[in-house]
Amino acid sequence: MADIETKIRTKTQGGVTDVMVLVSHPMETGQRPDPKDKTKKIPAHHIQKLNFSVNGKEVASTDLGAAVSKDPLVGIKLKGAKSGDKIKVTWSDNLGQSGSGEATVG
Amino acid sequence: MKTFNTPEDPVTHLPRRLFLKQTLATAVLVGAGGTTLFRPGWALAAEWPKAAFEATKLDEAIAALFGKVPLASSTAVKLKAPTQAENSAQVQIQVQADLPNVEAIAVFIEKNPRPLVAHASFTGAEGYFSARMKMAQTSDVHAVVKAGGKLYTAKQNVKVTVGGCGG
Repeated sequence: MADIETKIRTKTQGGVTDVMVLVSHPMETGQRPDPKDKTKKIPAHHIQKLNFSVNGKEVASTDLGAAVSKDPLVGIKLKGAKSGDKIKVTWSDNLGQSGSGEATVG
Repeated sequence: MKTFNTPEDPVTHLPRRLFLKQTLATAVLVGAGGTTLFRPGWALAAEWPKAAFEATKLDEAIAALFGKVPLASSTAVKLKAPTQAENSAQVQIQVQADLPNVEAIAVFIEKNPRPLVAHASFTGAEGYFSARMKMAQTSDVHAVVKAGGKLYTAKQNVKVTVGGCGG
């Protein structure tokens, strides 16, 4: 299966760090008809858990539903993050696939 | 030199191979079963709230996620969403909670087949969450924030236009 990319971007301004994560994931709702066979529906395939950690400590855990857009772009904010802090994002979907990405606060 | 040429050499070789085989087998096992092995730990921390995500009505979804706690409308919950969405599959929604001890933020789209879109719980990050969401039709978007054991909410109507022409 193709690798699903997990990209993280951070921006610090006035002591608050924006963390944006982009996962190139189909986020299939399970409600859309299959274009090849109209009687069937494309099975649901979406991220369920997406967790953020800073230097190994979990800071936020999110549960996503199928209504989150394709290629989800999820943002959170951190206070007091220092330059060099390591941010790690891990996710897993309803089909058991998972992935992660890492970034350093600039 | 003596140790290298001892007759036991083939004997020591065998256990070594066996050891290698065993370690490889364990590695494969860990690799394949990694996700399933990790599940119980995650379940303890926070399982994906299936019942809440599968609820078809707004109040049922809120009750399934947070329990039957009264909601209070609050201006401290800042919901940023477009008043008119040009692309219903990509509606940028941001929630900022200016409250102390924010524990969780959840976003619900009332008229979606399944209202609960996302739920974030915080253990160190600020009370902020943003994501792009799909909307089935024009609907109220509700942000529910859990702070200090209480629930606060804010809502906004987002108009979904078909064909990108506002009207």
